[in-house]
Amino acid sequence: MSLRFASLLLLTLALLSGCAGSLPGDLRGTGDLGVVIERAAGRVAVVDTSRRRIISSVDGLGDLSHASVVYSRDGRYAYVFGRDGGLSKVDLLQGLIEKRIVQAGNSIGGAVSQDGRLVAAQNYEPGGIKVFDADTLELLADIPATYGDGTRRSKVVGLADAPGNKFVYALFDAGEIWVADLANPRQPKLTKFANIGNQPYDGLITPNGRYYLAGLFGEDGVALLDLWQPEKGVRRILANYGKGQEKLPVYKMPHLRGWSVAGHHAYLPAVGRHEVLVVDTITWQEVGRIAVKGQPVFVMARPDGRQVWVNFAFPDNGWVQVIDTLEQKLVQTLAPGKAVLHLEFTPRGEAVWISARDDNRVTVYDTATFQKLTELTVESPSGIFFTARAARTGF
Amino acid sequence: MSRRFCVFLLLLVTCGFAVAGPTPERERELVHLVRQDCGSCHGLTLKGGIGPSLLPEALRDKSVDGLRYTVLMGRPGTAMPPWKAFLTDDEAAWIVHQLMIGFPQEGSVSK
Repeated sequence: MSLRFASLLLLTLALLSGCAGSLPGDLRGTGDLGVVIERAAGRVAVVDTSRRRIISSVDGLGDLSHASVVYSRDGRYAYVFGRDGGLSKVDLLQGLIEKRIVQAGNSIGGAVSQDGRLVAAQNYEPGGIKVFDADTLELLADIPATYGDGTRRSKVVGLADAPGNKFVYALFDAGEIWVADLANPRQPKLTKFANIGNQPYDGLITPNGRYYLAGLFGEDGVALLDLWQPEKGVRRILANYGKGQEKLPVYKMPHLRGWSVAGHHAYLPAVGRHEVLVVDTITWQEVGRIAVKGQPVFVMARPDGRQVWVNFAFPDNGWVQVIDTLEQKLVQTLAPGKAVLHLEFTPRGEAVWISARDDNRVTVYDTATFQKLTELTVESPSGIFFTARAARTGF
Repeated sequence: MSRRFCVFLLLLVTCGFAVAGPTPERERELVHLVRQDCGSCHGLTLKGGIGPSLLPEALRDKSVDGLRYTVLMGRPGTAMPPWKAFLTDDEAAWIVHQLMIGFPQEGSVSK
């Protein structure tokens, strides 16, 4: 009788551990994992970039239009920011949501601090940033983006982490750049830079953590802040790159991130022009521009900086073009599918994953030969985020 | 003979007016366009993003003609581009009408 009970117990335990996937043989790292946002389904597909396949699906993530993802510093947890203000901590290894809060009414992204202890969310409504404990998602700091007479709140864009547990971001409605020092998370110290330009739409920090750039939508140019010498203030680069010509309509806002930097050049989307602007990151002078098929949205350097891949706003969103940075010219045009929304390189850049929303497909290309390596069926895919971001400043 | 032809013409014209709204197939395309492409600034649920909310309560006090004009011509000084290259006047009017009564979900056949 008791023997029978014991064997039953053993059997149950064995089954349970099998379910949890925690048998010693299942141990694995996360360096080659990532997620693909399934925008309409409120779900992410967890992917393995070595085997090029989906390993699990995690749903219940809310409104994922314009969702973005940052990673815990151990690369195990994906922090998923939803449009509905949801912040979900997803365990890639177990394929489940470990914690989920709704922290705002309308949110577009976030960043993890240098020490990995903090995760910050940038919000449109109510405008501002909120800083949470990265383990527990406990709220540590709430920093409203008030401006003008102090009653208005701006949408926050371009949030990036910077060395010293700082977060840098831009205020779309106010035309300001703020640096929040979270060395003491419950008592943030703010440094504000006003009059940086009209309608900053996104921002990036260079991979070394030194320069913060805010792209301007309301006028031609980019605002530049040297975080090593913030007392020098914000200066304007690429001023008047449109040379007074009428802008072409922009059917989707371009995006900026540290991936724009290749070697000692930054490749930036022009706004209202079908061009990629090339800037020297030492002198910050324009050194070239490359005509492309449409309004650039993502302009992303392969990790080694030899190529820059570009996708486009509607109605040219079926194309992806590749710039060779040595020749400073286009070397390839690809048609990965209908409504290409995003691309992401594998950590060392031998392959790139590209999402085509309206074809419900992610295509993986070899970046040396431009050959298709595989295709994955994913419902309405948008952003693709690999864990290598965990180790990069400004992601 | 020629009178008969005139009646035929008249019928054609009236029919033309009667079917001024988009075809069901075009409606599906328009719903997709609004949800997905307008959604990149206004959100998939249209509750707003970098662009303002397009939900019925947000549009209640706005002029229908003004909204149709904004869809077609854009709004200078803001991020709203003109959509006239992709939409007819009637299609813009249909979109505005649907926004004001609650925009259809993709895959639904509501009119």
